[in-house]
Parts: sequence; C-alpha cells; structure tokens
Amino acid sequence: MAYHNALPSDHDLGLHDKLRNMPWGFVFLVILISSFGVTLLYSAGGANWEPWAGKQLFRMIPGLFLMLGLAMVDIRFWFKHSYMIYGVLLALLAAVAIIGHIGMGAQRWINFGGLFVLQPSEHMKVALALALAHYFHNLSYEEIGNPLRLLIPAGMVLLPVGLILIQPNLGTATLTALFSATVFFLAGVRWWVFASIGVGVPFVAMAAWNHLHAYQKARLTTFLDPEKDPLGAGYNIIQSKIALGSGGLFGKGFGMGTQSQLNFLPEKHTDFIFVVLAEEMGLIGAALLLMLFFILIVYGYVISLHSRHQFGRLLGLGLTTTMFLYLLTNVAMVTGLIPVVGIPLPLISYGGSVMLAFYIACGLLLSIAIHKDASFGRNNLD
Amino acid sequence: MGIVRDTDRGRLLTRRAFVIGAAQAGLFGVLFNRLYNLQVKEGDRYVTLAEENRVSMRVVLPPRGLIIDRKGVILARSDKSFRAVLVPEQTRDVKETLRSLYEMMPFEDWEKKRIQKDLKKNRSFVPVLLRENIDWETLSMLELHTPELPGIVIEAGETRFYPFRESTAHILGYVGAPTEEEAKNDPLLSQPSFRLGKSGVERIYDLDLRGEPGNSHLEVNAFGRPVRELEKHEGKIGHELRLTLDMSLQDFAQKRLTAELSASSVVMDCVDGSVYSIASSPSFDPNQFTYGISKDLWSKLNNDPLVPLINKAVMGLYAPGSTFKTIVALAALEIGISPKTSYFCPGHLDFGNHRFHCWKKGGHGSVDMKKGIYQSCDVFFYHTSQKIGIDKIYEVARVMGLSQKIGIDLPNEKAGLVPNREWKQKNYKEAWQPGETLVASIGQGYMLATPLQLAVATARIASGVAVKPHVMQSVKDVKRAQETFTPLGLKPENLQFVRDAMAAVCKPGGTAAASQIPVAGYEIGGKTGTSQVRRISKAERSKGVIPNEKRPWEERDHALFISFAPVQNPRYVCCVVVEHGGGGSKNAAPIARDLLIEVMKRDPAGALPKPLVMPEGKDPVLPQKNAPATPNSEPDTQLDQDEELIMEDDELTEDPIN
Repeated sequence: MAYHNALPSDHDLGLHDKLRNMPWGFVFLVILISSFGVTLLYSAGGANWEPWAGKQLFRMIPGLFLMLGLAMVDIRFWFKHSYMIYGVLLALLAAVAIIGHIGMGAQRWINFGGLFVLQPSEHMKVALALALAHYFHNLSYEEIGNPLRLLIPAGMVLLPVGLILIQPNLGTATLTALFSATVFFLAGVRWWVFASIGVGVPFVAMAAWNHLHAYQKARLTTFLDPEKDPLGAGYNIIQSKIALGSGGLFGKGFGMGTQSQLNFLPEKHTDFIFVVLAEEMGLIGAALLLMLFFILIVYGYVISLHSRHQFGRLLGLGLTTTMFLYLLTNVAMVTGLIPVVGIPLPLISYGGSVMLAFYIACGLLLSIAIHKDASFGRNNLD
Repeated sequence: MGIVRDTDRGRLLTRRAFVIGAAQAGLFGVLFNRLYNLQVKEGDRYVTLAEENRVSMRVVLPPRGLIIDRKGVILARSDKSFRAVLVPEQTRDVKETLRSLYEMMPFEDWEKKRIQKDLKKNRSFVPVLLRENIDWETLSMLELHTPELPGIVIEAGETRFYPFRESTAHILGYVGAPTEEEAKNDPLLSQPSFRLGKSGVERIYDLDLRGEPGNSHLEVNAFGRPVRELEKHEGKIGHELRLTLDMSLQDFAQKRLTAELSASSVVMDCVDGSVYSIASSPSFDPNQFTYGISKDLWSKLNNDPLVPLINKAVMGLYAPGSTFKTIVALAALEIGISPKTSYFCPGHLDFGNHRFHCWKKGGHGSVDMKKGIYQSCDVFFYHTSQKIGIDKIYEVARVMGLSQKIGIDLPNEKAGLVPNREWKQKNYKEAWQPGETLVASIGQGYMLATPLQLAVATARIASGVAVKPHVMQSVKDVKRAQETFTPLGLKPENLQFVRDAMAAVCKPGGTAAASQIPVAGYEIGGKTGTSQVRRISKAERSKGVIPNEKRPWEERDHALFISFAPVQNPRYVCCVVVEHGGGGSKNAAPIARDLLIEVMKRDPAGALPKPLVMPEGKDPVLPQKNAPATPNSEPDTQLDQDEELIMEDDELTEDPIN
C-alpha cells in the first residue's frame, strides 16, 4: 500500500518516474482479484479450463497490459479528449439502440465481424466519468451552486441513461444514474438539489413502473416473495440462496459445490459467480473477496484524494464508485437483497466487454496516481 | 483567487468523499451481515435444501424370485427390459416436458389419458410410467434428448417371462401392475415398474417372490439427470420358489388334454400331497399379460365359453357321478354293512312314486358291494344308501375332503357341496326326501366337487391318511414346518376293500378294463364316473336314450375318472374330468391311464422299485396339434348353469346312466 507522493510535480514525467510513481499495490490487487475470478471460473466449469477459465485467462493478460499501458498515458490527454470519447460512446450507444430497434430484440452490444463484441453501455460509464469530471473541473464552487450550470451535465447523464433504459437494461441504467449522482455530489452540487430529486423520484418511479417490461415487473415482484414462484421467476434466487446458505462458514470445498456443479445455480459463470465462491469456500472465502474489494476501493479513494487536480479527484472517485456500485449490486442481488438485475461482479464475472471496461477504469485510476501532480493551467479553471 | 476557490472545492470534495466512503463502508457491512445470516445463522436450513436438491432417492426393485419345478426347470423368470418414466418433481414444468416428448414420440390418446391420470394420482416424487419395454432406438433417442426432457428417466426393469406359456398358466398365474386399491398406502406398490402376483402361485407366494426393495441415493443435476450414485442399498432378490410340479409331466398333461375341448386333470402324491401336475384346458399364454393385454384379446379370453382363464381343476364344479360310489361304499362298511350283502338289479328300483333307473338297461343281476363298484351298479347303491342315510354319507365324504376347501396353495379354490339334512332344511326350508339319498348315492343331485377334491378323496382312500395337496415344495431360505397328515379314522380293512374294488374296475369285467396299464407291478385302480347335465324325459327314454355322440356337445355328459397306481402300493393318484366328454370309462379313463404311465415313467416320488418302462409302441401318444373344433352351439359351459341343470332336475333320478 506504499504510496509514492514525494515525487516533484512535472509536466513531463519520464517512463522511469512513471513506473516509480505507479501504485504497484493497486496493480497487485487487480491481478489478485482477477486471478481469483479465473480460479472460480475453473471450478464453475467443473474443475476444467473449458469452457470459461481458459478464455478468461487469455483475456486477462492483454487486459492487464492494456491497463498498464493506459496508466502511462498522461492524465491531461484524457482530460483533453474526454468529451470526444463521451461523444463516440454516445454514438455507439445510439447505434445499438437503432440496430436493436431494427432487430426487434434486446440489443446491448455491437458485434464487430464476430471477432470482437463491444457493449457500449459498459464503457459508457468510463466515458461519462471522464466527461463529468472534465465538466466539473472547469466549474468553481459558486458556479456549481447555480442550477443552470447543472443542465449540461444532467443532459450528459440522462442521454446515455435513457439509451441504456430502452435497450432495455434497467440495472446498468440505474447504476449509471447512481454513479453520476455521486459525482455530482462530490463535485459540490448543493444538498437541496438532491433533496428535491429525492422527493421527485417516487413519482417518477410510479410512472416508470407502468412502462416496465413484463419480465422486469416479474423480477421485482418475485423479489418480494420469490418462494411464490419457485420453478419460474423465483427459481434463480432460491437456488442461489440455497447455494450460499449451504456453503456455511467454511464451504464445501473447491469444486465441491453441489449447487454450482450440478447446474442448480443459474448463470454461475457470470452474474452468479460470487455464489460459486460462497458455496465452495464458505463465508470465509466470500469475506476474503469482499475484503480484497474493500482494500481496492479504499486504495481508489486514497489515489483520488491524493490527486492535486479536481479532474483526477472526480474521475478517480467516480470510477471507484462505479466499481463499488457494481460489487454492491451484484452481491446484494445474489444474496436476495435486491432484484436480479443482471449486474456482473467486477473483474471476476466471465465476459470480455465488462472485463475490458474495468481494466480501462483501473488504468485510468493508475494514471491519476502517476500524474497526481499534473498541472492543468489556470485558464481552465475560470 | 483561483487557488482559494480550488481549495474550497477540494475541501468540500474531501468532506463529501468521506461521507460517501462511510456510506460505502456501511454497505460493505450490510453485505457481510447478509452473508453471515445466510451462511452461518440459517446455514443448516439451506444445507438441507441443497441436499434435497441434489439427492434423489429411488426405490430399487429387487428382481422377482424364480419359480422352478421340482427338478429345477425354470418356470418363471424375470428378463431385463427398459421403460421410460417421468418424475414430476424433477421437471421444471410437467406439461412442457410432456409436450416435448409427445413431439418426439407418438403416443396414443389412451396412453396420454393414463399418464394424466397417474400424474394426478401420485405424489410428485413417484415416477409415472410413460412406456414399457422401449426398444433400443427409442432408448437412445430419449437419452440423446435428455436436456430437453427434464424429469424423464430411463429405468432398467424386468419383465416376467413364462417359458412354458399355456402349460403352466393356471398354476403360475401371472403378474401385473397393482390396481389403485392394491397400491393404496404402499409407496412400493406405486412404483410404475412394480409387478404384483395376480393369480396362481404368483399371487399366493407373492410376498416370498417379491423380495425386499433397496434404494439408491442418486446425485442429480438440475434437470433430474443422475450424475452419480452416492449410496446404494441393494434390495434382496425374491426367494426362489420350488414347486412340486414335474414340468415334463405337466407339459404332457396339458397337451394330452387338448384331445378334448374342455378338460382338467390332477396328478398328485397320495402320501405327501405333492401335486405333480394340474392341467386345465383350454389355457392361455400368460406372457400376453406382461405387456398389458389388448382389449380384444382380453374380451376374447373372458367371453370364451370354454373359460380358458379358469383353472377348472380347482375352480370347476362337477357332479362327481359314480366316482362318489367309492365313498358311499366306505360309509356302508364303516357302519358295519357286510361287503357280502347283495341285491338283485333288474335295471331299476321303484321307490316311492318314482322309478330309479340303473345305467344298464337289462340290469346287473345279483350284485354285491365289489361288483357294485366295478360294474358301477346304481341299483346296489340305491339299496345300500337307504341303510346308511344321507348324514353318514355326508360325514364320510367330509372325511374324504369333499364339501370343503381343501386348502391347496392356489387361489380361488371352490368348496363344492355334499348335501345333508341340515343343509337342505337351511337352504330349501324343506325336509330331506328319502329319494334324494338315492340320487346322492350315485353322486348326482345337489352334489358338486372339484377335480382336485376328487383327487384328494382318491389319495385318502389310497393312503388312509388325510392328505392335503400342495404345489409349493420349498421357498429358498425360508423354513416351513413339514406337514404331517393324520389318519382318516377309518378302518384300514374297509379302505383296503374299496381299493381292491377299484382295482377290479380296471380288470376284465370292470368298467375301465380297457384302460389298464399292462405292465405287472404298475397296474392301476380307479373308478369311472359320468355325470349327467341334462334331463332325460320319459318320452325320450321310451324311444331309447340318444347316445352321447349324437347329442349336441353341451348336452353330453361329463366324463370322470379317479385312479391310483400302483395298486399294490399306491403312490400316484390321478383324477381326470372331461367336460361333456361322454362316458367316464371311454373318455376320461384313457387320459388318466396315460398320465399315470407318464408319472410312473418319471417316478418323481422315487417310490417305485424302478420307473415304469412301457413295452415297445405302447407309450402314450399326444394328440395332433390341431385342437378339436369349438362347440358349434351356444355357450353353456358356465359351470353354474350345470349346477342348475342338475339341481332343478327332480326327475333326474329316473335316468342315471353309467
């Protein structure tokens, strides 16, 4: 956890300085958590590299290099291009919506010739964090107090959230909105704004309920009493709870989870991967992973708060919050605290696009750490 | 200025970051608490649920015990077969699974209905039979499509097979699925593959043959497909049942009877009660029942006037006719009537207002007891029975095993009937008429007996002890008390007298002289009987009684023959009843003789100095394969109808013929 903050601020750090400035503890944590994930996928596949663990490992290695590569990029590059990146992602998101509309089905990704699948909604969070951090970086405390100044960032949030909602992907849309609200809050948006949104939300929620898809309504209602429909919509969560509960304190042993190995557990390689861990390694294993994430997130806070520029702080806290929200939602979902909304476990769940998005986020966090003393120049502030 | 403002922003951000961070740390606590509650506090409950999920307990049916004959020849065995069953609790949606199945495999409407019915009836863990005896093609098709057919399981089971088919059908019976009533409250019987003994020894010894079910704890995946076996408690195989039957003799008897349209026979041991053969013809192939019998075949078997499903040797009731005279003679000797007492037979006896005819129109002349038996003189017994009285005749008949269930280990045995005064009063509210004693003395009137009872009576005459017949020799690994038979309580010299008279029946001058076995030391004794099933009117008698051969089949008399062999040291007893066969001496005695030859050739009891060897060319010959033509008239073989015919015929006594 050693954090190097003694280096002089410099506009152009050499490679050697950057490597020395790199918070290697954070890098190590990311590798540790990712390896944890591969191990779990190995178990979920019936103690086999096929069909998931092997592929995940092959994605993990270039992903880590990408993360380190992004870390080397000067933070001001990201600052400069944040709106453009946001614009590209928004366009892709819109493209997905249009293709989805034509395809008459839920469409969340773009398939580039079958080689590479891009899920813009996953990458949008990073782009949005960049764009919001950029926007608020340029506002003074007083300016943030002016509600009119909030119209542009509100639009930047609502456009992608709306596009994700119509995919439809309720879970990701909610998380995107929540994380944006956190960035607003951290940027200094006044309490009363949040208070009035808090009053308005129930009405919006009621209106939204009527526009929900049947399967989303079913998810919400079975959440309230999943046992009512044990073989239908409630099946997943019941089996998940059985798996968790039967894992006990010490678990059934690696590769010995009956619920996971015998396919009672649905989506065990993606959304429910945490349950495989909790069943086979018990509360001890589950708590260990939670602890690793906790350290990672604390690390994220430390990196962000050590940044000397508002852009780095907001971006770092935004990305850290995104990671936290994903973790929270996933674990709360598989333990039956909230409805099953299809949110993967960061760095662990099988799936290339999501994994890539989190490595990029981690790369940006590293970049913030390395370039914490970067000077943005005065004129950008006023 | 900018720096100050920037610092304000920074401080605010740090403050707020701590708020957010505290909230996130709190949420971490919530997650941990949730996990702690699920995994530790409520863990036990979920462990049970996971175990229930994972482990499916299946009943393992034990193979049904073999049935073998006394020499070890297999009479009933269980062959491997495969069936498809549906375990409702292992499906996500029963209807969905069935719909997919019906698309892959054609099912008849009645099959679908039955499956629906069974699904409603049974609890969800009880497998419901989809189809029995599926072939390899279907088997592999179903295995291939397991993922689309959750809850469908292929079970290896067994099919009962009876290699001797018709020849053992009546003794062995058959097995079938338990009825709803039978399966009630017994989960074992609710198993779709379970087969219950429905008749014959399969039914009587069902509990022995069944064995004990085991169980297997299978680990199943979410589709209900077994992944591996965790634990297996093998059931106990059903006990092997050894019968007293001699299969080659049984087969011979069954085939020999096909010379007649409808007949039955019993060959038994008069010392230990072993039944060597019980045949009833026509018969059926019990293997047809194993696969579920078609409606057509069932109604054909059920409506056949020759009642192939009935074991006539045990369930058929016939007037014993003149075979009963042996018992009347015993009763006479027991009350002290001298065997030398003789009467003159002019061919009839006038008694009261009626004339009672002897079968021989011209009469037998002077007749003593011995001649009364070997010539079967009715008039002699008309006279003698008056002296004995019906109650004494009844008493001796009971001692011989008539008018009661003998207690053979076969189902649905009939008790038959020998009348007495009390019975008449009770059932007809009338006093016994003296003339009825005369009718009874020649085994007609109310009197009814099964071929088995007549065989037992003969065995008791031959051995002097109260022999009881049985078809079970031993049940493997089960000890049963050896049955000992008590003496009859009749004077040995009286029994010897009757045996001698029966020996004379098969000697020149006797009614069955033609059916003697012409090998010294193996001679037989017997008694013919012909029981009338129709009334002979006075008008007909005046024109001359129509001979049996010229009457329609169902109006012909039943032919009976009881016999034992060898006469010097009796061991084997045979009774043959040919329905509407005509005369006992002509139609039943030759069959009995053949059966006695065959049993003495085999000597299953090991009682003979050496087994019988017939002179060249004298061995019994089985009839041609072609069964005799079926009766061309209305069905009448219903035994009850016979009963009525005899009982209602008050003038019958005028016309006994023998």
